[in-house]
Amino acid sequence: MRPMAQIAMVMNLDKCIGCHTCSVSCKEAWTDRQGMEHVWFNNVETRPGQGYPRRYEDQERWRGGWRLNRRGALKPTAGGRLRKLAGIFSPPELPATEDYEEPWTYDHTNRAGAPAHGDLDPVAERARRQASDKVRNEFEQTFMFYLPRICEHCLNPSCVASCPSGAMYKRAEDGVVLVDQDRCRGWRMCVTGCPYKKVYFNDRTGKAEKCTLCAPRIEAGLPTVCSETCVGRLRYLGVVLYDADKVTAAASVPREQDLYEAQLDVFLDPEDTRVRRACEAAGIPDDWLAAARRSPVHALISKYRVALPLHPEYRTMPMVWYIPPLSPVVEALTETGHDGEDARNLFGAIDALRIPLEYLAEMFTAGDVGPVRSALERLAAMRSHMRAVNLGEDPDPSVSAAVGMGVYEIEEMYRLLSVAEYADRYVIPTAAVGDARRLEESALTQGCSLDYEGGPGSGGDGPFGRGSGRKLLPLTPVEKFHILGERRTADHTADVEET
Amino acid sequence: MTTLLWGVLPYVTFALLVAGLIWRHRHDRFGRAARSSPVRESKLLNIASPAFHYGILFVLVGHLVGLFVPESWTDALGVDAHTYHLFSLYGGTAAGVVTVAGILLLVHRRRTDAPVLRATTANDKVMYAVLLAAIVMGVAAKLSHASGDGYRYRDSLAPWSRSLFTLRPDTELMAGVPALYQVHTVLGMALVALVPYTRLAHMFSAPVRYLFRPYVVYRSREPRQWGQRPERRSRERLGG
Repeated sequence: MRPMAQIAMVMNLDKCIGCHTCSVSCKEAWTDRQGMEHVWFNNVETRPGQGYPRRYEDQERWRGGWRLNRRGALKPTAGGRLRKLAGIFSPPELPATEDYEEPWTYDHTNRAGAPAHGDLDPVAERARRQASDKVRNEFEQTFMFYLPRICEHCLNPSCVASCPSGAMYKRAEDGVVLVDQDRCRGWRMCVTGCPYKKVYFNDRTGKAEKCTLCAPRIEAGLPTVCSETCVGRLRYLGVVLYDADKVTAAASVPREQDLYEAQLDVFLDPEDTRVRRACEAAGIPDDWLAAARRSPVHALISKYRVALPLHPEYRTMPMVWYIPPLSPVVEALTETGHDGEDARNLFGAIDALRIPLEYLAEMFTAGDVGPVRSALERLAAMRSHMRAVNLGEDPDPSVSAAVGMGVYEIEEMYRLLSVAEYADRYVIPTAAVGDARRLEESALTQGCSLDYEGGPGSGGDGPFGRGSGRKLLPLTPVEKFHILGERRTADHTADVEET
Repeated sequence: MTTLLWGVLPYVTFALLVAGLIWRHRHDRFGRAARSSPVRESKLLNIASPAFHYGILFVLVGHLVGLFVPESWTDALGVDAHTYHLFSLYGGTAAGVVTVAGILLLVHRRRTDAPVLRATTANDKVMYAVLLAAIVMGVAAKLSHASGDGYRYRDSLAPWSRSLFTLRPDTELMAGVPALYQVHTVLGMALVALVPYTRLAHMFSAPVRYLFRPYVVYRSREPRQWGQRPERRSRERLGG
């Protein structure tokens, strides 16, 4: 066992209203620079839809992710080492600016008259083969939901594997996948390699750039900007422990439908004393272990099993997971005159969802309907149980038992999904305690670690030195820093006034 | 003049090359990239780029063999002067034609595609001019002395270039070399001197280590990355 820690994210799709606040605040923070006009580290796409960049899920075209070769070994879809080097002078398969969408003004004739770019959503195309009638009638006409996406910070990142220069790496401490801008030579193979198309080419600097999971914030114990600003409070951040020795084997299971279970097996249970001893031996700090035990992400993924990975079939072991949306089912049942919140009706109706299970399964479990149904049943059971509690009725224990959960567990899950406060949604240990003070100092007096010339934080001083001219960052007294912090993390205004 | 061109200039070139590479390594690792532009235009690039790169690599190998393999070695292998000349003529011309076609397409693309042109700096234009001139003069020199055994550069240019490495440059050897070859040599030196200061610097980035490393790379946070990084002056100010 070689335990490693990873900061992972879960998004609750039931709550996403598609407001793009996450995208815009991310754009302001990270990609508001020349050469990055087409880049959204965070984007929100409407499903079913072609996504961003257009039809990125069509791996026959974009060649992202991993495949098993004839001997059953993992190989990047775009080709192994020799093949990549042989073709190094030809530009790899890359989305063009049009695929990322060019900036547009509100001239609606441009939109209305836009040509179709391949038809439909690649996921819909695949699901359609399986459930053609249902899909044809329901996919395009009666439902949609939003899917916010950031970099998946995969356990088995195919972008890292594609980089000839070795500039991309997975950070050992927190699992964040980063690009070393000094080593990047602009071969662009990472852009092809990433099946989620979340590595971008900055054509001004000629370097690859990607979502950093707001690494400078995570190091200081703060959530990412997209989580911080999320209006629906649908994002959760926390530590997941995993066994690095098992990753390759898990990513190489022959059946794509087994990848979800295989990835669950890679995760370690922080309550297990054997695991904790191994973590200590591996040098994972105590506060990280403590955070792992309180991790909302671990709870939603492994304990309640309501979160699912996005496109496990790419074999990259993604680490941003999603709770599939349930809302339309209740709505649909109510419309047909049934009591939408009654568990017996709900369970039966999950198979007749407005969002076809097959579609969700294509997204989250490589087409296996089972785990999606079970996650949705748990959510439905939770609703039914909590309705009884709120109406002062006796909750029927058979409802929670039917989904294999205890009453206490189901109420815990309800708290996490519905009323969890800032500190419960984001359980982020700071970077190792040893250098925590230095980080704090740098946050207060100097600026952030990505504040270099031409970089995302581009600040810097003029020709007359740092002391001259306009001050970029005012010195903040420690008290003010803490007051601001409290105000930011408080869930009620009253909490702030008390302090 | 002879001493200046054939005795001093090569060492100036070499000094510029080494100094530039050290400077790049210490102060501007960030700028050492080809700044390719497939996002702006990829159809022409798909054809032109491999053509040019494979062509120029073959040309490079040709130059290395021609300059640094003494005639006595090929004689020992039983390759006579005429066979050698034909091999060098046809091989060199084929590679030259592919290279020239590649670079002409690349320049055409750079001129006619508006987004690509906008991404072109003055530095790039100088580099393109020297590169194109060096290649064209090389092909011209080769083809204008194609008859018979061709120009026997292995009796003059090659020994001169080898004498540079012993620090006793034999400038007399260069006196009788045809003008075209002389111009090509000077342009070649200019090109070598330009390498570290232009986008050509990417030629030192051949990712050979990729073949030997594991697919997934793990790295720890380096202590020197904590807090603010020192500001580094890039060669060009990149818009921010």
